[in-house]
Amino acid sequence: MRQTLIFSLTLLVAAFPVSAMDINIGYIQWQPDRGPVLSTTIPEPEDSGLRGAELAIEDNNSTGRFLNQAYQLDSVTTESPEQARSELARMQKAGIDLLVLNVPADLLRELTSAAGDETLIFNAGATDDDLRTDNCQPQLLHTVPSRAMLTDALAQWLARRQWQDVFLIVGPTTDDKAWATAFHRAAKRFGVKILEEKPWTFNADLRRTASSELPRFTQGGDYDAVVVADERGDFGEYVPFNTWLPRPVVGTQGMSPEAWHRSLENWGAGQLQSRFETLAKRPMNSSDYAVWAAVRAIGEGVIRTKKAAAPVLRSYLLSDDFQLSGFKGTKLTFRTWNGQLRQPILLVHPRALVSVSPQEGFLHQKTELDTLGYDEPESRCQIREGNE
Amino acid sequence: MKNKNHARLKRHAFSFTVLAALFAGNAFAELAYVSNEKDDTLSVIDLASLEVVDTIAVGKRPRGILLSGDKTLLYICASDDDTVQVMDLKTRKIIHTLPSGEDPEQFALSPNNRHLYISNEDDAIVTVVDVQTREVLAQIEVGVEPEGMAVSPDGKWAVNTTETSNMLHWIDTTTLKLADSTVVDQRPRHVEFTHDSKRLWASSEIGGTVTVVDVESREVLTNFSFKIPGVHPDKIQPVGIKLSEDGKRAFVALGPANHIAVIDANTFEILDYLLVGGRVWHMDFNADESLLLTTNGVTGDVSVIDVADLKVTKSIKVGRYPWGVVVTPDA
Repeated sequence: MRQTLIFSLTLLVAAFPVSAMDINIGYIQWQPDRGPVLSTTIPEPEDSGLRGAELAIEDNNSTGRFLNQAYQLDSVTTESPEQARSELARMQKAGIDLLVLNVPADLLRELTSAAGDETLIFNAGATDDDLRTDNCQPQLLHTVPSRAMLTDALAQWLARRQWQDVFLIVGPTTDDKAWATAFHRAAKRFGVKILEEKPWTFNADLRRTASSELPRFTQGGDYDAVVVADERGDFGEYVPFNTWLPRPVVGTQGMSPEAWHRSLENWGAGQLQSRFETLAKRPMNSSDYAVWAAVRAIGEGVIRTKKAAAPVLRSYLLSDDFQLSGFKGTKLTFRTWNGQLRQPILLVHPRALVSVSPQEGFLHQKTELDTLGYDEPESRCQIREGNE
Repeated sequence: MKNKNHARLKRHAFSFTVLAALFAGNAFAELAYVSNEKDDTLSVIDLASLEVVDTIAVGKRPRGILLSGDKTLLYICASDDDTVQVMDLKTRKIIHTLPSGEDPEQFALSPNNRHLYISNEDDAIVTVVDVQTREVLAQIEVGVEPEGMAVSPDGKWAVNTTETSNMLHWIDTTTLKLADSTVVDQRPRHVEFTHDSKRLWASSEIGGTVTVVDVESREVLTNFSFKIPGVHPDKIQPVGIKLSEDGKRAFVALGPANHIAVIDANTFEILDYLLVGGRVWHMDFNADESLLLTTNGVTGDVSVIDVADLKVTKSIKVGRYPWGVVVTPDA
């Protein structure tokens, strides 16, 4: 069996001569340290995102070799924004104009401007809504879902379950507050009522005191669920099972909205999961998925247009012809006004898939996926027209 | 009183089933074998009574199934056992297994009745096995996630679809080498040659389209999509294709749209949509093509279509997640 394999590989090399087309994709990662957190037992993998790029390059090459296309990844995980800037400069000098950035919003905007108009850049790390509503950049597309998409997915589900009265706990960071703001908007859109909202101010060690602190903290009204806004994972893990009322916990912890999760197996997702695990020796997460989708979108663009120039790919990806099969049961496309990749959002707890939003019954005149996040009339951006 | 009647009725129904089972041995009855992906079983349906007459335990995660040329053996892709099982239809026992490569999902048998072409979904490979010697003849590298597989009735071409590469891969069956690749819409799932070997039909599940290719030139003849009133276009996800022997009709299973499209195979005009069970994937005709059976994964049943009237006449409960279906003459 092994011999036949080697034999056929040799044939393959003979059948497909040196590639006619080289496609170089740059990947820059910088995620700031999340600071001291209470819950440190299950750390996030440090190569989150990067491994998604590597898998997508493999996927692109498996297809590309039949078309004389070769995809290369130039990837760097940087230690500081300064290093990210200099790496961008180095990549640009090397002629790379297709880039995937897994960095926070401020740095993303800065690097996108520095890269210039003639590039195509994918945001695979920043969920900030203003990047999709006010501060759009024409060369920038987003494969990571926005906070609004995530919280809309959650609020739709709460509404569908008729768990419409919630208790909201908001962490102290700017990101936590931004998540809470997004949830407020989602709640209003889908008829969820925030009975009580409390900022998280404790500095006690919850690993020891959660069962005495949290029940008292979560007193207030007859809520159906507790919603947690704790993006960096400081205290949120301690809220489930410690609430005053016996109620489920959802939000950034408990049952969470995610772009991807190891528990998804429908729609061929099992295939992607097992390819990823073979490569990375760990399960695929939302960050890996956002980067994978970006690199695969570039691949689809090159395969269909047979061109690798950034402006050509950009207009193809924003056209009606583009579609990406993303293992979530429906084709994924980009919103023409803000460059956001439309996608279903998974609602998961650590070991199982609970549901997938958009929930049934939330209708939209164009696509139900546009019930998640900022729809065209709600966004000030028009990036497709802006560049034509 | 009510209960008693109910019990009597039940007993009556029971003896009827037994009777039907006894008559299943009769020379005219055709049988349908259905692979139940989440039950690790096959359901056997008697096409005379339209009832399940047997449930057979097979390997893990049975998906693609097909008949040997002489219709005495059933080949079963036991995906999670990484093997193809061979079942004797007379005894309904697995008599041996074939080396299939990892995660076999779909396969196709050459008209020479010896070469079995198997899609190995996890390995981006098509494995060719000689079913008599049980040896691997070749492993051919294809794109990402090989799925659909068909061999032309004249035996010249084997075509494989890759779901993530979105390609049709043309394998020359004399050299067992890749000859060409055709890019189609997102997530091609299934391919089917016309009976004259001149055209190839391919479904794209996420693209929502069917592409028809001229075999000789390997040029795309047409590419079309579907519209069902009241069903969102994104839900229309074509998978299985069946082409009638007379070359007039094509039937395409539309997945979560829960419909079968009936198409004029020459003009490509869509004639009708038939409502069947939930998430319909694969189909098979009976021998005279008067009936078409469909596997409905979500509702766990098989719909029976009267082909002349284009009416769905019955649905038959089978195991969990029915995947493939094959009709055999009595065995």
